[in-house]
Amino acid sequence: MSYEIVARPHEQKFIDWSKDKPEVLVLTADLTNSCEVGRWRDIYPDRYFSMGMAEQNMLGMAAGLAREGFEPWLHTFAVFLYRRPLDQLQMSIAYPSLKVRLMGFLPGIMTPGGVTHQAIEDIAVLRAVPNMTILEVGDATEAETVHDIAHAIDGPVYIRALRGEVSRIFPKNEPFKFNTARILSTGSDITLITSGIMTEEALRAIPLLQEKGVGINHLHVSTLKPFTDPIVLKALQSAKHGVITMENHSIVGGVGSAVAEIMAENGIGVRLDRIGLKDTYAHGASQKYLMSEYGMDAKALVESISKLMKKDLGISESDLEEVRTVSVHSSAKAEAL
Amino acid sequence: MDLQKMQGIADGIRQRVLAHTLANNGGYMSQACSAAELLGAMYGGVLNLAPVSEPINPPFFKGVPVVGTASVKEYLTGAQFHGAKGPNFDRFIISPAHYALVVYAALIETDRLREDGLDFFNKDGSTVELIGAEHSPGFETTTGSLAQAISQAGGIAIARKIRKESGKTWVFMSDGEFQEGQTWEAFQAAAFHKLDKLRVIVDVNQGQCDGPMDSVMSIEPLVGRVKAFGWSASVVDGHDLDAITQACALETGHPHVVLCYTDPVRGLPLLNERRPVLHYLRFKSKEEQAKYELAYKEMVK
Repeated sequence: MSYEIVARPHEQKFIDWSKDKPEVLVLTADLTNSCEVGRWRDIYPDRYFSMGMAEQNMLGMAAGLAREGFEPWLHTFAVFLYRRPLDQLQMSIAYPSLKVRLMGFLPGIMTPGGVTHQAIEDIAVLRAVPNMTILEVGDATEAETVHDIAHAIDGPVYIRALRGEVSRIFPKNEPFKFNTARILSTGSDITLITSGIMTEEALRAIPLLQEKGVGINHLHVSTLKPFTDPIVLKALQSAKHGVITMENHSIVGGVGSAVAEIMAENGIGVRLDRIGLKDTYAHGASQKYLMSEYGMDAKALVESISKLMKKDLGISESDLEEVRTVSVHSSAKAEAL
Repeated sequence: MDLQKMQGIADGIRQRVLAHTLANNGGYMSQACSAAELLGAMYGGVLNLAPVSEPINPPFFKGVPVVGTASVKEYLTGAQFHGAKGPNFDRFIISPAHYALVVYAALIETDRLREDGLDFFNKDGSTVELIGAEHSPGFETTTGSLAQAISQAGGIAIARKIRKESGKTWVFMSDGEFQEGQTWEAFQAAAFHKLDKLRVIVDVNQGQCDGPMDSVMSIEPLVGRVKAFGWSASVVDGHDLDAITQACALETGHPHVVLCYTDPVRGLPLLNERRPVLHYLRFKSKEEQAKYELAYKEMVK
């Protein structure tokens, strides 16, 4: 299986989308081109504000602008939006529930920039912040259509965004839907919940697993807070052998934890295996390398299912290599920061 | 400018805060002593605020803003005490939220807060909170975590610049906030974006929670630092109303800061006995309280 690769899905869509919305502003912190808003700046210079490498102030100024009725869209790397300026995010933006949009690029282990650049606990931190909405796009279609979703929310929105060359997994005519999971396959053995880039990684293994007779109820989730989608609850209730989550994030506090909470609260008594960074920092390397090193790839999914179903599925690493969906983004685009 | 009226407000601030401190065995007294003229000048004529029809009764707290509910739009901010917003009016953002008692006293003195407003101070369920938040009288941002107001005011100033409004956006800051990195980020951004209608007035009382600032973390030379960041600056005696009002009237084409060097025991020399730590006054004994009772009687004579 291979997907269409879309170049810079956010860039032109955001330019077009912003055209009739004079209240939409862009604020950046020295990563304008890196976050695909260099052309936006050139087209709408009066609505663009360079804030320099000073994120605490950038979040505060965004709060002031939002109080005055503007809708600032902050563009920088995910890690710089919540780690250093968390107090500003909480007190200046989240408490008054202001319409500030935080476009966080290169979430999780997508950046070779190493530990300083890797937002591995952003979902955990921000799930605990009242009034926050957390979205994560998983493909080009979602990257192209997340803007309307965020725009409609009367409060702060943090978006795990994708840039550069992005696969189109979901049909163009099936846009991002708020708090609504996409059902990618059905089956009653295992319920698999994936988010962000992990969905594409899981899709590599699914056909092989299905060939081996494993029934997989696979959901892609893109609204991570709120996490109240009845489709998710139903899928969790139908899992015979267990539930697996896959996220480009620490297994502490992210999608895996959100799923665990729902399972516990609803008395769903099957095992849960959380695939993600196992309470560890990572380091600077390619996405593919890190996904393998930290057990976050399709192979990890196959092993997880074997464990939950207590049987050897007979799927080898070379089988998985053959179904690699694209010529692996991470090695094809060891992108400059 | 009616300096006499401003002095009356300043005197009233000291009296009200001391009376409150005596009645409650605690209060931010030195902040009243240092900032009385500064706030007297601001509320007494420097600020172009819309009037309020009558002193406002502080509402009870109705709950925090909750995303996706009407509470976000219906949330009442303390800005209503500054009158209706308008393109020609000034805005006044209070940064040092622990000056709340002093700000409330100033609002009472200027008929914006009901005289009995301080009866609700630090009472459960009241908006007249100990550390002001954006629902508290006079506040419109939540800045108890210091140095966040200047950035928010900068954002408001950018918005007003986009809309070509003539009103100024003022921020009241304390000097301790110049220890925070965010303050300097905001100063550089305000200069870079040429926010010439942004104004900051600072109570440079040279004290903080742990004691004198030069024993905790020096910020001097403050005027040199702010000028180096692209602002124009005035240094004034923070108890000289003539000097304060003149400095506040300057149009320099830059964001402008008025550094009011103040005496944290002005009007209440008895506080000298508490040095070096003046941050919060709680009486250590009945005898001490009696001395302050006497001082109050002197003050209101």
